[in-house]
Amino acid sequence: MATRTARELTPAPPVLTARAVRRAFGPTTVLAGVDLDIAGGEVVALLGGSGSGKSTLLRILAGLDREATGETTVHGTAAVVFQEHRLLPWKRVAHNVALGLSGPDVAGRVDRALAEVGLADRQRAWPAELSGGQAQRVAVARALVRAPDLLLLDEPFGALDALTRLRMQGLLRRLRAEHGFAALLVTHDVEEALLLADRALVLDGGVIAEELPVPLGPTRTPDDPAFGALRRRLLDRLGVPTP
Amino acid sequence: MSGTVLAEAPERAARPAPVRPGRRYRPGGRWRRAASPVLLVAVWEAAARSGVLSPEKLPAPSAVLATGWRLARDGTLATHLLDSLTRAGLGLLIGGGLALLLGAVAGLLRLGDDLVDPPVQMARMLPHLGLVPLLIIWVGIGESLKISLVALGAFFPIYFNTYAGIRDIDERLVEAARTCGLGLLARLRHVVLPGALPALFLGLRLAIGAAWLSLVVGEQVNAQTGIGFLMMEAREFSQTDVVVLGLVVYALLGLLSDLALRVAERRTLTWRRGLRAS
Repeated sequence: MATRTARELTPAPPVLTARAVRRAFGPTTVLAGVDLDIAGGEVVALLGGSGSGKSTLLRILAGLDREATGETTVHGTAAVVFQEHRLLPWKRVAHNVALGLSGPDVAGRVDRALAEVGLADRQRAWPAELSGGQAQRVAVARALVRAPDLLLLDEPFGALDALTRLRMQGLLRRLRAEHGFAALLVTHDVEEALLLADRALVLDGGVIAEELPVPLGPTRTPDDPAFGALRRRLLDRLGVPTP
Repeated sequence: MSGTVLAEAPERAARPAPVRPGRRYRPGGRWRRAASPVLLVAVWEAAARSGVLSPEKLPAPSAVLATGWRLARDGTLATHLLDSLTRAGLGLLIGGGLALLLGAVAGLLRLGDDLVDPPVQMARMLPHLGLVPLLIIWVGIGESLKISLVALGAFFPIYFNTYAGIRDIDERLVEAARTCGLGLLARLRHVVLPGALPALFLGLRLAIGAAWLSLVVGEQVNAQTGIGFLMMEAREFSQTDVVVLGLVVYALLGLLSDLALRVAERRTLTWRRGLRAS
């Protein structure tokens, strides 16, 4: 709690700044000038209907889209977790996590990252031998082992079943509390956004149409009345009628 | 009984290994499949011994084996076999190496695709064995003809499978590798090469088949050594047993090379076994 209040008093320097990001696919403009700042240690949820350009924006921020214009800067290191685990099927779990790592004690770092996602005993497994949730945890370990300042998450739990998704959300909260990384979480799940984020953004019409602080404590549940109010507001903004 | 499937885990451990999907398990099936070839050889042997088949048309299998043993003992077979293998190896190396290089250029670079692929696609339509007359004019009737034919035969399957293997790699994996900080060379090594490897093995297997075929044809043109020469010479002297022996050797070469490659493939692509199990 102490670090949280300190962070709220003096805003941390940004880990990500993006200015006037534009992207068009042929005649269709998907992003029409997006401005975005993420402070150190801040978790920002990016919501939007399907086709609103959430994933496009994340890919641009991850440096995977060369045809976008505008300016994006990541201050520090970034790592990405995609909706699909994207593990290399021909590398065992430990080698997938270690992909592209250099420096001292790679094996030890891989060990610790896998232990943190609860898969210390699956080092020698092939990706095809893992369940969907396990594979996604390996993907999280692969991002985590790089000690990122910013984690870019593209609907990371979207392909998982409801129970596994809840467990993964808990895991991400725990890891965030331990490591203090900032994150941009692209999701279409309003509850997920409210459970994990400090701030929620709604992408609509190619721009950030709505920005909503999520002033809920570190132990949040959907039963909280404040949670319900925020949820209703976001759903309204996304055009989903709520009873 | 081993065909039934029960769920109890401890019992399953005592049972024979689970049957691979797609192949029905029948008790004694392997022996039953061996029965008809054995019967066929037995009928062949009996027909040859009783004189129904004249030895000039088709000698008995035992006679072919005896001839094989005789030629193996005096070293004739080894000399010719070695010459044939050298031609096949050199041709494969030249044709396969060139195919690998051009296939990689066409598969990896857009410019390479535009420049390399159209002429290769056109050349593919030519049956390469039909090029023998032209090749004789170009390189003569010596060793280079045989090696060129093998190289041509091996080129196309390796080129097309290299190209397809690279093209079929999941772009999303390449992206993931990029976000892990892998540069171009590292991506080639960790993503492209292992991703294309199954296709490369398939190409190599097809190429080896094509190489033996090219050799059979090439060695019938003015060869002084080799299994094909052995057969052509035997034909002139009506030694049918040697001709049949040559066929047996060709068949064995094909069989053994395919087997060796399957073993190498299984060892290299262990990760695919996990894929099948899931």
